[in-house]
Amino acid sequence: MSRYFTEDHEWIDVDGDIGTVGISDYAQGQLGDIVFVEVPEDGRRIAKGDEAAVVESVKAASDVYSPVSGTVLEGNAALTDEPALVNSDPEGEGWFFKITLSDTAELEELMDEIAYEAFVAKL
Amino acid sequence: MSDAATDPDDGFEPIEILTLPLDAWHRARGGRMVEFAGYHMPVQYDGIMAEHLWTRESAGLFDVSHMGQLTVTGEGVVAALETLMPADIAGLAMNRARYSLLLDDNGGILDDLMLTRQSEEQVYMVVNGATKYDDIAHMIDRLPDDVTLNLMEDHALLAVQGPQAVAAVARVIPGVEAMVFMQAGAFEWNGHALWISRSGYTGEDGVEISVPADAAEALADALVAQPEIRPIGLGARDSLRLEAGLPLYGHDLDPETTPVMADLGFALFKRRREAADFPGAERILAEREQGAVSKRVGLLVEGRQPVREGASVVDGDGSTVGRVTSGGFAPSVGAPIAMAYLPAAMAVPGTTVQLVQRGKVHHATVTAMPFVPHRYFRGVK
Repeated sequence: MSRYFTEDHEWIDVDGDIGTVGISDYAQGQLGDIVFVEVPEDGRRIAKGDEAAVVESVKAASDVYSPVSGTVLEGNAALTDEPALVNSDPEGEGWFFKITLSDTAELEELMDEIAYEAFVAKL
Repeated sequence: MSDAATDPDDGFEPIEILTLPLDAWHRARGGRMVEFAGYHMPVQYDGIMAEHLWTRESAGLFDVSHMGQLTVTGEGVVAALETLMPADIAGLAMNRARYSLLLDDNGGILDDLMLTRQSEEQVYMVVNGATKYDDIAHMIDRLPDDVTLNLMEDHALLAVQGPQAVAAVARVIPGVEAMVFMQAGAFEWNGHALWISRSGYTGEDGVEISVPADAAEALADALVAQPEIRPIGLGARDSLRLEAGLPLYGHDLDPETTPVMADLGFALFKRRREAADFPGAERILAEREQGAVSKRVGLLVEGRQPVREGASVVDGDGSTVGRVTSGGFAPSVGAPIAMAYLPAAMAVPGTTVQLVQRGKVHHATVTAMPFVPHRYFRGVK
């Protein structure tokens, strides 16, 4: 399984053609206390870069873009009752949605963990 | 990921962002600094939620030095200031504070402010940071030549708010506990002259302390050395004031709103109403009699998703009838809340409304404010 990151601070774990998407630890730290997450509906077709989810902190709402194109398998239902999972475990239990990739070649345009760490270090 | 709906600023674009007396103090304590009203200000330390709840349970120290502290001095200062706002300043006892509104000639709100009579010939005012230079220009234009206006740029302003605030501050500055809500007075700390009022803008008991800039760090250190007091950022200040039902200038109040529309009728004093001698009196008194076309209300939003400033209020036909002016998640309520302007007929507690934000419909109910009861100290009964 490989993990990739976007410059907009989404991460995606890929296993075969199934990806799990969330926001990075850096992103949750910038947002502060998460009070609401809206995840995409099952079966929704999403193009890479589309707005796929909304994450709301006490202060502001932010869009979450899909790192890849594909069809949504499921949103993380646990976030409905416990949006703070995004703060406590952003790159684990706080995942947003799972997606079936339609073009795995899109992954080549994303950063790996080392490249993302270097990217964040410069912000 | 990107910001979709951060709070829009007030259109205020300073040439340079200025530094306030406690800038280094905040940074040393992990305050995350943002630009606000032309200054670097701490938006949060540990997190807005924890800071908000700490303030409601214990006490928070807020740096509000971006706000404008003014003294207005001279013979006839009371009568002169009364021409600009609807407060009964002449009827105000010495060392008593009032909330008032700077009004334009049409009765529109130019700013909201706190004023205190310091002597027969001096009034101390605290005005909003983003509007302070406009306020000064407005007042200088209209005040007589023998009235002097002084912007106290060499002073910081610290607010300590919360149920434990006064007991904790009294350990540092004995005597503050003797004041009641909206009372003020001169104090001394380590040889520095302070001006303190028992007031604030969080709905909690507390004080606001005007301190010379060169003593601000030492005083802030002495205050946060009290176990009840922690530094709190502007993020929690905003959620606290929203829960307290208090309007924020540039968001819930602006020149398009009048005191009646803004539900601030308490700021229209009886003597001034009878004399009808404040700016826009004709329009405002007519609104008071007949009701304004629209009114500021509180909204309890269903579900968990916050509805923020700029969202539309729509009627059953989908037509826009109002606008959300402040909104967010209320940590002490545990739900999203908002303020909005609604047509008078809908501005009744219990009315259900629909809000549209980024294409999504939210349901809300008009509710009486404050959302969290005020806990001002009005004296022992």
